[in-house]
Amino acid sequence: MKLLTLNFLTCARKTCKSNAAAFPLHPKEAELEQVETDMNPLFIKNILPRLDWEAMKTLTTELGLPNLPAETPSDEELATDGEPSQTAKDLHTLLMETSIQSGKLVCGNCEHEYAVKEGIANFLLPSHMV
Amino acid sequence: MLPTPSTSHVNYDQIYEPAEDSYLLLDTLSSASESTFLKFRFPFTTPSPLVLEVGVGSGVVLAFATANAKHIFGRSDILALGTDANEHACRAAAHTVRGAATEHTRSVKPAGIFGDCVVGDLATSLRQQNVDVLIFNPPYVPTETLPSLSSATQDKFEQDSHLLSLSYAGGHDGMETTNRLLADLPTVLSERGVAYILLCNQNRPEVVIAGILARPGGWRAKIVGSSGKTGGWEKLCVIRIWRP
Ligand SMILES: [Zn+2]
Repeated sequence: MKLLTLNFLTCARKTCKSNAAAFPLHPKEAELEQVETDMNPLFIKNILPRLDWEAMKTLTTELGLPNLPAETPSDEELATDGEPSQTAKDLHTLLMETSIQSGKLVCGNCEHEYAVKEGIANFLLPSHMV
Repeated sequence: MLPTPSTSHVNYDQIYEPAEDSYLLLDTLSSASESTFLKFRFPFTTPSPLVLEVGVGSGVVLAFATANAKHIFGRSDILALGTDANEHACRAAAHTVRGAATEHTRSVKPAGIFGDCVVGDLATSLRQQNVDVLIFNPPYVPTETLPSLSSATQDKFEQDSHLLSLSYAGGHDGMETTNRLLADLPTVLSERGVAYILLCNQNRPEVVIAGILARPGGWRAKIVGSSGKTGGWEKLCVIRIWRP
């Protein structure tokens, strides 16, 4: 699963939903994979306001990836002379091309672990936890 | 006519095969009236819309919406996610969406962006109030009991038929699963969020719509697509739910 997707996911337990500690989920024993894809500069620009920047910084740190800038990059930082800037390319690599192939995603509130296998995360809960 | 995404790789022993209901969703989403509504709802100067299909199945609907994002939403910078309780469906749907998006990019112009399909119950794994467009072709067939999400059986044939039953068996009035999703909508949809839900006649769409209109918070609901007219009755319909 792409790192971008993690920006939109949280613990599936009802009691964790409104708890700030349940987001972002924390990768554990994560095997990463890089898959090259074409860049859509417009998408990078327009998805940025939807990212929880602090959460993305936490994720990159926990995964041992290069640090993100301290603040969300501005539109001007995404392009140089009408071409995608290095910042935009780096964001594309991080969000769209880096994915968790296997491992676990741990809730910071209830500590439940969700498995990721062959790139697919499983958020089904055992019936006693729903 | 926009092309229907290829699902030739999908194993229909365990995954719902695209049928009249799926095609009604495709037709509704790409209709002139709905794409006008969606373009107005998500101007291209606003942040990328998050499009979530719940119970993604073969992926044919999400693939269609992603590939034809420009036609449907007036912009190609949408992010598509899918969920399904069936892991096989998630895998197959990811294949379908990627295939359709690649095909579209090769032959026409940019398609929307596909994120992932994740295994889960409805939209319970999504952060609150983040979904802009929710699409749901629910298990809507009235059945005596509702299958549980997990099955203990080791038998391959029984496993497959259990997975298939999840895609159609809707319990009382065929509405038990749909009602859970409807109850969650205020916490799932963003402020600008809109949901498209397929219903059959036995689900009593007019009762469902009346229930939504009676909610606090200014919710609106109406039928925006229908098919299978028999003796004056619409067999299937798509309702749109939103807050103006
Ligand atoms: Zn939790």
